[in-house]
Amino acid sequence: MSARSAGAAATVRLDVNGAEHEVSAAADTPLLYVLRNQLGLKAAHFGCGSGECGACRVLIDGQAVASCDTPLWAALGKRITTAEGLGDAAHPHPLQSALIAEQAGQCGYCLPGILVSAAALLARKPQPAESDVRAALEQNLCRCGSHNRIVRAVLRAAQAVSRR
Amino acid sequence: MNLAYRLAAGGAGDLPRLPGSLHLNRRLSQWLRFLPDGTIEVRSGKVEIGQGITTALAQIAAEELDVPIARIRMLPASTAASPNEGVTSGSLSTQESGSALRYACAEARAIYLEAAAARLGLPAASLTVVDGEIVAAGGARSSYAELADDALLEREARANVPPKESSQHRIVGTALARLDLPHKVYGEPRFVHDLELPGMLHARVLRPPSPAATLASLDETAARALPGVVAVVRDGSFVGVLAGHEEIAVKALTALQQGAVWHEAETLPDASALGDWLKAQPAETTIVDERGVSSAAGAAHTHRARYTRPYLAHASIAPSCALGQWHDGHLHVWSHSQGIYNLRADLALALALPPENIVVEHVEGAGCYGHNGADDAALDAALLARAAAGRPVRLQWSRADELSWAPFGPAMAVEIEADLDAAGAILAWRHELWSNGHSSRPGRAKTPALLAASQLGQAFERPLAINPPLAAGGGAERNAIPGYALPAWRIVNHRLLAMPLRTSALRSLGAFTNVFAIESFVDELAAGRGEDPLALRLRLLSDPRARAVLEAAAKRANWAAWEKREGRGHGIGIARYKGAGAWCAVVAEIEAGRDIRVERLVIAVDVGLAINPDGVANQIEGGAIQATSWTLKEQVRFDRTRITSDGWEHYPILRFSEVPRVEVEILPQPRQPSLGAGEAAQGPTAAAIANAVFDALGVRVRDLPITAERIVATVN
Ligand code: FES
Ligand code: FES
Repeated sequence: MSARSAGAAATVRLDVNGAEHEVSAAADTPLLYVLRNQLGLKAAHFGCGSGECGACRVLIDGQAVASCDTPLWAALGKRITTAEGLGDAAHPHPLQSALIAEQAGQCGYCLPGILVSAAALLARKPQPAESDVRAALEQNLCRCGSHNRIVRAVLRAAQAVSRR
Repeated sequence: MNLAYRLAAGGAGDLPRLPGSLHLNRRLSQWLRFLPDGTIEVRSGKVEIGQGITTALAQIAAEELDVPIARIRMLPASTAASPNEGVTSGSLSTQESGSALRYACAEARAIYLEAAAARLGLPAASLTVVDGEIVAAGGARSSYAELADDALLEREARANVPPKESSQHRIVGTALARLDLPHKVYGEPRFVHDLELPGMLHARVLRPPSPAATLASLDETAARALPGVVAVVRDGSFVGVLAGHEEIAVKALTALQQGAVWHEAETLPDASALGDWLKAQPAETTIVDERGVSSAAGAAHTHRARYTRPYLAHASIAPSCALGQWHDGHLHVWSHSQGIYNLRADLALALALPPENIVVEHVEGAGCYGHNGADDAALDAALLARAAAGRPVRLQWSRADELSWAPFGPAMAVEIEADLDAAGAILAWRHELWSNGHSSRPGRAKTPALLAASQLGQAFERPLAINPPLAAGGGAERNAIPGYALPAWRIVNHRLLAMPLRTSALRSLGAFTNVFAIESFVDELAAGRGEDPLALRLRLLSDPRARAVLEAAAKRANWAAWEKREGRGHGIGIARYKGAGAWCAVVAEIEAGRDIRVERLVIAVDVGLAINPDGVANQIEGGAIQATSWTLKEQVRFDRTRITSDGWEHYPILRFSEVPRVEVEILPQPRQPSLGAGEAAQGPTAAAIANAVFDALGVRVRDLPITAERIVATVN
């Protein structure tokens, strides 16, 4: 499958949240739709479809990227992690626990994309300053005004990880 | 149309008055149901729009029933079963739904105590409820679960069982964690956008390129030729496409865009002169309020100023979405609407169906700050699902749809004049405003207010935006009556009778602009007298709760000890939302560099009894950050034909690096009735920022947003 064979659907294997999945879609299909509609992973959300809001962010080989703007072919052979893959109620990621502890969020639509950006930051810089957190979340929009609670949550998660 | 609106419009006849929404939804079984497994199902007609209402209402129910919150199951609102509570708007949900639930649950508890008393052969007065167990002093027990019987609540509420005193509250008044947040943090499917039904098709609508455009011709060939396209629907200027896969629907939409020829017309105002345009339109003029004699006689000086704000977009983080499915002439719709019954009424009009044939079920959307595209998307989904042969259809708006087709918060112009005596005291005050109506909500006109209804071949005339009655808080005139003790005033509202851009309710309606204007003007008067703006306000305010929030905010911000430094300023603003809701005062501290940067907002609020104090703080903080974004950055952009701010690049909102620190102090008022918090901070925040800009630069910016260019233009 290549960028050129964009039109026709083909079956390919995708590495998502630590497991191999078979999906069938055209090579130019945005990764977001594949994750949501074929794999039933609804954490990555549609917000703009043009890489401007961060609602659809996922980790690809550890980098936070917009899945709405990433064609399927560009994700092949790479490790994809969505917010579901970071943790769940039984095994929450420190960032997820911290968001709950800080009650960071109102509608929460922006949160999975923000989690992904923050996870990439903490992997790169385990003890970020507040300004690092704000810079790392600069491409994530939140319309509800939950920003400050989210920033506190990321700093709290960094502390929790360092205490382990 | 929330309950307050319906009551203002004439309510439930001669029936005895019951608290909140209980008045119009009088059967107890409409509100709650006890299950044999110990769970209690609670229904509200108010819906979660990101404000945390579900958690607050669950707290109220758990409190009155004496059960742990985990036993309460809040059911989604649906026209098939829920109480009709109008619209979730106006910061009225804790007042309307909360008080109904308090009384309904207190009464239900008493009914179950009676049932237990009969079973145990003991007087009801000897029984208490502990965690859902009904216990007698002697050790005899029963429980809600054991007694669960739907017939017990099949009766009219009488509201004759007093709810708990605030001193007895154990759950209400505590900062309980949001019930919905864990699901959202783990990325579980939760939003209407995430709903997936068997056999579901994906749909997109081809919206015209400009508000007045009509479809001249459409070449559907390329779209239809795409493998996987199920149908192309065209009805007048309404066009949509259905496909098995979402990406195919998107491709087909692009093909349709290329195949469409539109008639367009220059119908939009000159965006650079909105104030003049607003004043020049035909309008319906009403006197909002008048007191004393507001003539200039005896005045040594009259101070005048005009303030404006542009059209604002809701700019929800999620474009609107809805699902629709037809079955035997019956329609089922899943929507993030704020008012499921009103939506149903307009769907019935647009589709020529009896309302009984339609079920509207609420599923959460992203944060909603007023009348956005949710209802419109529901009609789109219903229209497109007609071509789906019984399969469910998921319709998703694009970002451009959301930013250019959801109703806008109306542009406004406000002119204030004050007659002053030689000592600078205010003799009379005049406030005149020009604006489109602030509500185009569905469910109240003879023709449907839904977007697609005006684009169909058999088009319905789009109703003109109106203002909710003043008794329900008003629309454009909301907060136009000053909260100050002034000897005379005259408040005039001009509602525009032309509506080139569709306008409707945006968080706080006219209050944002009116408070911005009034509180800026008061600052101008203070500057004219060389008086401290806080001192002047305290002199003019007699309402003790208003004074209390003002003093609390000033104290916390250390107003008196502010050190003036080059390029920095502080400012203050205050209002009581709607003149009847929560009191809120804001101190803003800003730095004027290349742009205005708000560094800190210190806010004090009085919301009466705070059901969930952290929820209140969260809403106030979120509202203040959003208001900062409106004040500094936001305006719908357009040329004479088209909306041009159809992406985030052209409709920027405040980002993480630009967000101020926010401190919220909630004044404790456990004995006062609860008041909504969602909108109280909007106007005071804008005013505080504008006043801080003046403090920093000596420049009075009266036209929002306060951008660097605006400041330069004002200086010149
Ligand atoms: S939806 Fe992908 S960045 Fe907005
Ligand atoms: S919490 Fe609603 S957009 Fe961030």
